[in-house]
Amino acid sequence: MSQKNRLDDGLIDRSETFSFRFDSQYYKGHKGDTLASALLANGVRLMGRSFKYHRPRGVMTAGSEEPNALVELRDGARKEPNTRATTAELFDGLRAESQNRWPSLAFDAMEVNDLLSSFFAAGFYYKTFMWPAAFWEKIYEPIIRRAAGLGSLSTRDDPDEYDKGFLHCDLLIIGGGPAGLAAALTAGESGARVILADEDFLIGGRLNLESHALGGMSGPAWAAEMGARLGAMPNVRVMPRTTVMGAFDHGVYGAVERVSDHLKVPEDGKPLQILWRITSKRAILCAGATERPIVFENNDRPGIMQASAIRAYANRWAVTPARQVAIFTNNDDGHRTASDLVAKGVDDVSVIDTRTDAPSSSDYNVIAGGVIDQTWGRLGLTQIEVKMPRGGIRRIKCGALGVSGGWNPNVHLTCHQRGRPVWNDAIAGFVPGEALPMGMTVAGAANGVFSTHGALKTGADAAKGVLSDLGLTAKTLPLPETEDAPARVTPFWHVKTAKRAWVDQQNDVTAKDIKLAHQENFRSVEHLKRYTTLGMATDQGKTSNIAGLAIMAEVAGTSIPEVGTTMFRPPYTPTAMAVFAGRARGTETRPTRLTPSHRWAEEQGAVFTEAGLWLRAQWFPKPSETHWRESCDREVLQTRKSVGICDVTSLGKIDVQGSDAAAFLNLVYCNGFAKLPVGKVRYGLMLREDGIVMDDGTAARLAEDHFIVTTTTGNALGVYRHMEFVRQCLCPDMDVQLISTTEAWAQFAVAGPKSRALLHKIVDDEFDLSNAAFPFMACAETTICGGLRARLFRISFSGELAYEIAVPTRYGDALIRRLMDAGKEFDVVPYGLEALNVMRIEKGHATANELNGTTTALNLGMGRMVSKKKDSIGSILSERPGLTEADALKLVGLKPVDPENPVPAGAHLMTKDAKATASNDQGYVTSACYSPNLGHHIALGFLKAGDARLGEVIGLVSPLTGINHDVEVVSPHFLDPKGERLRA
Amino acid sequence: MHDLAPLCALGGTDPAIETLAGVTLTEFPDLALASVSARRGSEAACRAHLKGLLNSAVPKPGRAVFKNPEAAFWIGPDQWMVSAPHASHADLTDQLNSRFLNTASITEQTDGWVCFDLRGEGVEEVIRLCANIDIDQMQTGDAVRTVVHHMGVYILRLDPANALRIFGPRSSAKSLHLALKTAMGAAL
Repeated sequence: MSQKNRLDDGLIDRSETFSFRFDSQYYKGHKGDTLASALLANGVRLMGRSFKYHRPRGVMTAGSEEPNALVELRDGARKEPNTRATTAELFDGLRAESQNRWPSLAFDAMEVNDLLSSFFAAGFYYKTFMWPAAFWEKIYEPIIRRAAGLGSLSTRDDPDEYDKGFLHCDLLIIGGGPAGLAAALTAGESGARVILADEDFLIGGRLNLESHALGGMSGPAWAAEMGARLGAMPNVRVMPRTTVMGAFDHGVYGAVERVSDHLKVPEDGKPLQILWRITSKRAILCAGATERPIVFENNDRPGIMQASAIRAYANRWAVTPARQVAIFTNNDDGHRTASDLVAKGVDDVSVIDTRTDAPSSSDYNVIAGGVIDQTWGRLGLTQIEVKMPRGGIRRIKCGALGVSGGWNPNVHLTCHQRGRPVWNDAIAGFVPGEALPMGMTVAGAANGVFSTHGALKTGADAAKGVLSDLGLTAKTLPLPETEDAPARVTPFWHVKTAKRAWVDQQNDVTAKDIKLAHQENFRSVEHLKRYTTLGMATDQGKTSNIAGLAIMAEVAGTSIPEVGTTMFRPPYTPTAMAVFAGRARGTETRPTRLTPSHRWAEEQGAVFTEAGLWLRAQWFPKPSETHWRESCDREVLQTRKSVGICDVTSLGKIDVQGSDAAAFLNLVYCNGFAKLPVGKVRYGLMLREDGIVMDDGTAARLAEDHFIVTTTTGNALGVYRHMEFVRQCLCPDMDVQLISTTEAWAQFAVAGPKSRALLHKIVDDEFDLSNAAFPFMACAETTICGGLRARLFRISFSGELAYEIAVPTRYGDALIRRLMDAGKEFDVVPYGLEALNVMRIEKGHATANELNGTTTALNLGMGRMVSKKKDSIGSILSERPGLTEADALKLVGLKPVDPENPVPAGAHLMTKDAKATASNDQGYVTSACYSPNLGHHIALGFLKAGDARLGEVIGLVSPLTGINHDVEVVSPHFLDPKGERLRA
Repeated sequence: MHDLAPLCALGGTDPAIETLAGVTLTEFPDLALASVSARRGSEAACRAHLKGLLNSAVPKPGRAVFKNPEAAFWIGPDQWMVSAPHASHADLTDQLNSRFLNTASITEQTDGWVCFDLRGEGVEEVIRLCANIDIDQMQTGDAVRTVVHHMGVYILRLDPANALRIFGPRSSAKSLHLALKTAMGAAL
C-alpha cells in the first residue's frame, strides 16, 4: 500500500524507507516516523480496540499522552504490550500487533460489549458480582479478564539488558521545547552543569510540530541549531529519548533513557534502557502542555484527534489522517491547525468554533457558534453532524476531526511531592501551585505561558533565577523574535445533549458515568476517580482529567477548582518493570561472596548452598554416592575417626584493638572478658538491649590490647554494626578501634583426632603444638609452610580435637590443597555445611536455629554465663519477668523412642498423650539430623523446664507433615558430654 | 620462604585484564593494605607518624595521598587505609606497627579487598552506570566511599586523572568485576 496520506516536506528522512508490519499487513514508512505517523501516512486510522466496550479506536494524539493507539510492539520474547504507537520510533522490520481484539481488529467479536453498554456503567462490577462470593475467583474474574484488558505478556524472559545509572548536575531541565532550550542555553553559556532531557527523539518540543518562525528560521531549524550548540558544550548533557518520570526527595529525579528502543535489537552489550537517578541542585520543568479534547457524541471514532496532533502530523511527519478534515474548537489554537493544513495542501478544511465571535478565514470554512451533534463511521470517521447556531444540522463529510478544548499545562511532576496545582481562569486550566518539589521552578507552557515568545522568555528567566541561586553570573542571550499570541479560550467542556460521549478513552469512561457517580454520591474527586476509573489508566488521564472534573463541577453545581484534583504520582509515563531491576536479575540479583577454597571445592564437585551472600560447600559427593546423606554421613564419620577440613572463612571476624578493648568486650558480651589471658580464646554470648541473645562467637586475645572477635556467618554485619554503635554512641570515651577482617583471612577448621598430626606437617617447626603448650582454647600467631604468617586457634565446633587455621586470603586456595595433600596419610576428608551441622548437633552446640531472636541465655542453658559481677548490654533486661519463669524453655536433646522415627525441626512438643493443641504446647524442635555415630535421628529443641525433664517421654507432633510419635528428652550433648575429645 | 602460591581475587594465578574502547580494567593484586586508626588521646602523634610516612600532609576526609612506596586514603575520623606494593611490603602491618607503636591500631587489610584499576578516556561514563557519585567533580587525590551494585567500595581518582582505583570486597570480586565489565560494555 502506498503512503497515500503523505504530504510534502516534514522532518522525516525520505532517503531511508523502512518496511514494517501492523497485524498481517506490510507498510512502508521513513526514518523519523513514529509507528502512528507511518500508519496514518498509509491511510490506517483504526489502531486498537477500547478497554471495556471494544470500540474501534484510532490515534488521538501525537505524543506520550496517547490513550488509544496502544499496540504490542515486536514479537517473541521481545514483545512489549501497551506500547504507544505515537512514541514508538519506526525502524526497518518493526512488527506491531493490535491488542484486545478477537479474531481481528476490524472484526472483533467482543464488540458485543458495546451493544450491552447500558449494563456496563460505572460501578457495574461492584453491583453485579457481589454474590455468590465463591464465584468471584473461579468464574467472574476470569471472564472479565478475558473480555477486558490491554496487551498480553510474552511470559518469556526478556532477552534485553537494562542499566541503572547516576547523574549529577547544577540544573536539570525537563523538556527540550522553546522554554527548555532557552533555559539550557542561558545556563549552559553561563557555565552551569546542565542536563537537558526530553522524551522525544528530536529536541525541540512543539517547535518541531509548529509552523512559526524564530528569528527568520523555521522552528525545527532553530531547535536543531540550538540543540547542536548545547551538545557541543562540555558542561551540558543533552538527553533525547529520556523521560523524566518522577520527582523525588531532595532534588533527585528519575529518568528513563530509551537507548535502543529505536533499534530492532540493541547493539552488543548495550542496554535497551537506562534508569537514571539524577541528583540536581535545581530543576526547571519545561514539560509543555497537552491539548484537551471536547466531549461530544461518539467522539471516539478513529480519525477524531486532538487538533494539535493533526497539525503535528502534518508539520513534522508530513502526514494527514485524511484529505477532508474538520476542526472542532473553543479557542484560537484550533484555527492554527486549519491554517497549517491548508498550507500543506489539505484544502478541504472546516472549522466548527463554539464561540460566536470566532475569527473567520478565507482559507477554510468557519462555523461560528456550532457544536458537533453526532459523528458517523464504524471503523473510521466518515461524517459529522453540526448543530448550527441558528438551529438545524449540517452534515460534513470528513475523515478526520481535530478537537481543541484548550490546553492543560503538564503539571504532573510538580505534584510528585504532594504539591497541588491551582486554577487559572485566563487559560481555563490548572497551573503549578506554590508547593513545588525542592529546587524546582516551572517555565513555558507547563506554567500556563502558551506563546513561543513567552516560553523562550520564561525559560531564560527561570535559568537566570537558578544561576543567581547557585552563585553564577547569568549571561543574557538574545532571544529570536517569534509569535506571541495571547491564549484566547472560552471554556466549552462537553456537548450536554450527548449520550455516549467519552471522557477517558483509555478506560472507557463516559460523561454519563461521571453523572452516575455523582448521583450515587461518589462526589469527592478521589471517589469519582475510583468509582468510574477516570484517569486510572496507564495515561493517568492526561487527556481526560480536566473534562471529567468540569462535568463533575457542572452536575455538582460548583466550580472546577472546588471539585479539586487527584494526585499525580510517578511514573509520568508507563515505565517497564525491567528498568527498575537494571542488571539485578537472576543470579546477579545480589552480589555473591565466594570462599577462598571455592575454586578447589568446585574441582571436587562440591554442592554449594547460600549462607547469606556466601556460597558454601554443602557436601562433597564421591562418584559412588547418590544421596546427600551418604556424603554427609561419610564426612562426619571420617572426621570423627581421623580428620576433616571445612572452610569457615565466612564467619565474621572483627579486629578489636585499643587500651580499652577488653573493657569494651566486657560490655558487649554478657560473660566476662576482662581477665581473658593473652593467647587464649573464650566463647562469648552477646545479648541485645532487651536481653535476648543476639549472637555467639569467640574472642581471641592476641595481645593485651588486641582481640579477634568471631561472629556467626549470617550475623557478621549485624554484630559489627552493633559494636560500632556501642563504640561510637554508648562509650565514645573508650580507646577502642574496630575494623572487619572477615575477608582478609582464609580460615579452615581442621577437626578430628588426627588434626594435630596433620597440622604438625603444616605449622613451622618452631611452634609447639603439644596439648601442654597449645591446649584447648589457645590461640597464637605463627608461621606455616616455611614462613607464611598465620593464626592458629584451638577451638572446636564439632566437639573433636580441632583447630582453626587462618592465612592471608590469597593463600587460602594453596593451603586447602596443601592440607588435603598432607592429610592423605590420615584419609583426610573435606566436609561441608551438612556434616558441620550434624557434628554440632551431636555436640549440642547452638547456631542460628537456636539463636532465633526469641531466646535468652537461660533458654540456651547458659543463664549462668550472664555475669552479675559486671554491667553488660542486655544483662539487666534478661532478668525481666517472663524471661525467667520456672517453666522457661530450656535447650534439650531429643531422640526418638522408635529409632526409625525422624525428629523433624519445626515439630512441636506435647506432654505425652496430650491432645495436640496450642494450650498443651510444651516447646519446639529447632535443629534435627541423622547421627551416623548414634545410628538414629537426633534433635535439639526448646522444652518448658526441659533441663528438669531429662528421661521423660513426650509427644512430638507436626500436623503439617502428619508426624505424631514419642521422643525422649535427653541431654543436648549427645556425644562426649565431658569434652574429653576436644581437650585431647 | 614459604612455598604456597597465591591466587588473585578473581581466582586466577595472573591478574585479569579487560580492555574495551581504549579503557582497561585491570585486577591489581600487588598491593599490601593496612588500616591505621588513631588511639584515643594519641591522634596528634598518630598523624605525625602518618605525615612522616607519607612525607606529606595526612589525607583529609574524602582525600588520598599517593606517595611511593606508601599511599593512604581517609576512611573515617582519624582512620586511614595505607597501601604499598605487596612485593616489597607483604609485612606492611608489622612495618606500620613499628612506626606508630601505641599511637594507632594497625590492622592488616591486604586480602580484605580486591583492587581494580580502571584506566582510559571515558572511565567517567563507566562509573556513571555503577556508582552514585559525582565523578566529574572528582579530582586526582579524591577518594570516596560508595556502593556499586550493592557492594561497598572505595573509588580513588589517580594521577593522571583518567585512571580510577576501585577497592571492593574480595569475596565479591567476581560480582564486582562483572558489574564493572558490563558497565564498560554498556557505556563505551
